[in-house]
Amino acid sequence: MAVLVYIENPKGKIKKTGYEVACYGAQVAKSLGTDCIGLLIGKTENAGAVGEYGPSKVIHINADQEVEFDSQSFTKVITDVANEHKANIIILAHSANGKALTGRLAVRMNAGNVSGANSLPDTSGGFVVNKSVYSGKAIVRYNITAENKVISVMGNTLKPQAISTAVSPETRTAPLAATNTKVIERKISEGVVPLPEAEIVVSAGRGMKGPENWGIIEDLAAALGATTACSRPVADSDWRPHHEHVGQTGIAIRPNLYIAAGISGAIQHLAGVNNSKVIVVINKDPEAPFFKAADYGVVGDLFEVVPKLTAAIKKFKH
Amino acid sequence: MNLLVCISKTPDTTSRISFRPNEKEYNTDGVSFIMNPYDEWYALVKALEITEKNGGNVTVINVGPASNDIIIRKALAIGATDAVRVNLENPDAYTTSANIAAHAKNKSYDIIFTGKETIDFNGSEVGAMVAEMLDLPFISYASALEVNGNTSKITRDIEGGVEVCQVEGPYVLSASKGLAEQRIPNMKGIMMAKTKPLTVLDPISENARVTIEKFILPPGKSGVKLINPDDMDELVRLLHEEAKVI
Ligand SMILES: Cc1cc2nc3c(=O)[nH]c(=O)nc-3n(C[C@H](O)[C@H](O)[C@H](O)COP(=O)(O)OP(=O)(O)OC[C@H]3O[C@@H](n4cnc5c(N)ncnc54)[C@H](O)[C@@H]3O)c2cc1C
Ligand SMILES: Nc1ncnc2c1ncn2[C@@H]1O[C@H](COP(=O)(O)O)[C@@H](O)[C@H]1O
Repeated sequence: MAVLVYIENPKGKIKKTGYEVACYGAQVAKSLGTDCIGLLIGKTENAGAVGEYGPSKVIHINADQEVEFDSQSFTKVITDVANEHKANIIILAHSANGKALTGRLAVRMNAGNVSGANSLPDTSGGFVVNKSVYSGKAIVRYNITAENKVISVMGNTLKPQAISTAVSPETRTAPLAATNTKVIERKISEGVVPLPEAEIVVSAGRGMKGPENWGIIEDLAAALGATTACSRPVADSDWRPHHEHVGQTGIAIRPNLYIAAGISGAIQHLAGVNNSKVIVVINKDPEAPFFKAADYGVVGDLFEVVPKLTAAIKKFKH
Repeated sequence: MNLLVCISKTPDTTSRISFRPNEKEYNTDGVSFIMNPYDEWYALVKALEITEKNGGNVTVINVGPASNDIIIRKALAIGATDAVRVNLENPDAYTTSANIAAHAKNKSYDIIFTGKETIDFNGSEVGAMVAEMLDLPFISYASALEVNGNTSKITRDIEGGVEVCQVEGPYVLSASKGLAEQRIPNMKGIMMAKTKPLTVLDPISENARVTIEKFILPPGKSGVKLINPDDMDELVRLLHEEAKVI
């Protein structure tokens, strides 16, 4: 028995969710009295740092190559390592690539799986993990009864903490099976923390009146070190790029702080954000439904409130 | 081209959420169900666009009970050629996938479409599972697709942007927003759907690998604290000292 954690490293850098799943895996291993192994595929800066977050061993495959993600070949590599180390539990992030892997890994391992878990397992009477369902209106407690288990973990489920020391990774080459897919292009906004990983998100909706007004949102985000998001009609009218759209049909996020300006708080919007730890709503309409889901509310004109908030943040950080 | 579209049924998002007294089952009383939007708006319509251009058939498949025929008929009304329902109540993702894979195994579909996720459980599992069971490539969260003979160019959503990839031969894809534009069934479509073939298959069964221990309701918000719009220093103080998020 062992726990294997697959850690993502786009462009050679370990993602924040990579450290989160390393911590998650190490805690699962500890509660079961077994070992946690971290696994990376492809060129990575400072791969051994994974050890600081708990795994006692790090396996680094094809460390000297840039490797493009492909769910089919990665599934084979990950399950081969799991089988070799008799790892019966595989943990990974519930990210874009994680979602493409979880189901495949479960099939290849003949495992029970939970995708999008948001708690550590409760092993007191089984192996029970929680997951938010029905647009955040309920939590399901799943008991994974199969011997093999695959769990993809929602971002920000736990705060990654360095608790140990770096380990020197065991590097090896493994041929990635040839598949019929290849990546030909990638377009990513540079320099911003992707939404699913962001700890603070500043989001705005139709109350902004038009794309030309987004400067105040970007200023607030910059002051907080936050990532920007938007409601669906805003993305639909091309005021903002589609990848910023949060909600039921967009991305589901759970940052520590979600600030929403000029968003009414329709149920489909809440579906993607109501797992945020703290929600601040800025809206001129005191009856806006979003206030019912908020922790802090400011009833006022966002064109006045947002710049004032930015100034207050700057003063606080100074 | 021969295309398969997997369709599922979910409660409308505005539905009231409650559970049976055993806390293990969703209470469906008075709930209105819809076809999962990713399956209906994007996966199905994209499949239809491809066959309209290149010729061929679009088969829809659902793993579920007879009460799901209503969404199957809707898919036929929107334009699918024929339908398959594997007769099984409340299948989990693994069993659903095993049944879809069993049907697809010898049918040589060029593309198998799923939605990116069901909007009730947000699993994002079935497409990847079917792909693994059939040993096919899987492209998740597709927001654009161009088919050229045996080659497909697919744009997939990733964190902070998109990735464009090329696939040769058959594969499984999950559809995200943007892949196509929603179509509303017209009268002619609805009439024709009544006579289109719907084959009901017996299921294959799988052992349960995961069970629902229970559903619980999330802790409610204690109520919003309103801050004077002229005193943003106070909001910053609360976010720092009380909420501890900055
Ligand atoms: C199947 C389905 C799926 C959907 N999925 C999503 C989804 O994923 N994400 C999503 O966001 N929506 C989604 N929607 C749409 C959703 O129902 C709402 O229509 C949408 O969220 C509203 O966006 P909004 O709050 O920006 O705009 P509005 O509802 O128009 O709200 C604008 C708000 O701004 C406030 N305002 C205006 N001016 C000011 C000002 N000067 N200062 C302060 N406040 C101001 C107004 O009081 C109002 O509350 C979906 C809908 C459907 C049917
Ligand atoms: N019971 C089902 N029958 C057919 N297809 C399904 C079923 N459940 C899920 N799917 C397909 O799998 C996709 C992803 O579902 P899920 O993995 O449950 O989030 C859905 O959008 C459907 O295309």
